[in-house]
Amino acid sequence: MSRPGNRRPECHKIDWHLPAISSSASAHSMNRDLFVLTYGALVAQLCKDYEKDEDVNNYLDKMGYGIGIRLVEDFLARSCVKKCHSYSEIADLIAQVAFKMYLGITPSVTRNESSRNEFSLILDKNPLVEFVEELPAGRSSLCYCNLLCGVIRGALEMIHLTADVTFLQDRLKGDKVTEIGITFLKKLEEKKCRRKK
Amino acid sequence: MADETLFQLLHTEVVAAAYGGGRGSGDEGQRTGLTVLEGMGFRVGQGLAERLPRGALVFREELDTIKFLCRDLWGAVFRKQTDNLRTNHQGTYILQDDNFPFLTQMAWGQQYLEEAPKFLAFTCGLLRGTLSALGIESSVTASVASLPVCKFQVVIQKA
Repeated sequence: MSRPGNRRPECHKIDWHLPAISSSASAHSMNRDLFVLTYGALVAQLCKDYEKDEDVNNYLDKMGYGIGIRLVEDFLARSCVKKCHSYSEIADLIAQVAFKMYLGITPSVTRNESSRNEFSLILDKNPLVEFVEELPAGRSSLCYCNLLCGVIRGALEMIHLTADVTFLQDRLKGDKVTEIGITFLKKLEEKKCRRKK
Repeated sequence: MADETLFQLLHTEVVAAAYGGGRGSGDEGQRTGLTVLEGMGFRVGQGLAERLPRGALVFREELDTIKFLCRDLWGAVFRKQTDNLRTNHQGTYILQDDNFPFLTQMAWGQQYLEEAPKFLAFTCGLLRGTLSALGIESSVTASVASLPVCKFQVVIQKA
C-alpha cells in the first residue's frame, strides 16, 4: 500500500530539525560552565556599576536584546524550522528548540486561557543560576536572568513580532518556579489549515 | 549545544558593558575597562579550572600545563586549538592564534588595531585565572599585529 502523496498538514505537529549534539563530554561541560560563569561575572560587575536593581535589570535586558537580534540568525540557520502559523507554535519553538539548543533545557509552555497572545515558559531547571544559591544582599529586586527576556524580545523583533517579555516568577526570589511571560503585541494573521478535497 | 555563538555574543556585550557604568572614555577609561575585563576573565578562568575533574589536571611539567591551555581550554572556549606555541624554556610562552574568534568578525588587517585589546583582555584573564587555579602564578598579555592573528604571552612567575 502506498502512502498518500499529499498529507493534510496537522496544525499542531511541527517538524523540528535538531542539530547534532557536540562530542567530547568534558569540553561540552566546560563550555556550558564558561557561559554560566561569565554570566555570573557580568551580573556581579553590573551590580558594582549600578546601585539600583532596576538599572541592572534594564541593562541586562538591553544586553539580551543586543544578543537576541543576532542570535536569531544563528538559530534560523541551525534549526531549519518551517514557517510558524500561530503564536502557540512560536512559543513551542522557543521552548523546545531554541532553549534546548543554547541552554540545554526545555521549559514547558503554558498558555493564558483568556488571551490568545499570552504564554508562559516555566523553567524547571535554569543553568544560569547553577552557581547561585540566593540573590546578593540588598539586591532583592534583581532579575538575575533578565538577559533571557531581552534575548527573546530581540529575536522576536527580528522576525517582525513585537512582544513584552518579563519574569513573572523567579525561584531566586522565593517563588516556586521560574516563569517567563511572553505577550505578543502585534497580531499575527493565523492561517487556517485547508483540507484538500 | 550551540554554545560558541551564544558565548561570543555575550562576550561582545560584556566588552561594551566594561566600558559603560560611568567609567568614561579617554585613556583612563580605556585602562579601567581593560582591567575590568581581565578581572572578569580571571574569575571565570579560576571557576572553570576548579570545576574540572581532578584527574584531568595532573601535569608532569609546566609545558604540559600550557599545552592543556592550547588544546583543551582553547577547544572548550573557541572550538579550536591555538595555531602555534613557542617558548624559551625559561617560563615564557607565546600562544598564537591565527584566527582568533573574537577578532574574526572585525575587518581584517590593521583597521581596528586600536580596538583589538578590548577583545583580548577577557581571554588574558581567563588564561591567568585557569593557571592560578592550577597553582601557577603568571602574567598574561596579548598583542595583535594584524587582525585576526594574535599572540598571548604567558610569563610564569617564579616563586
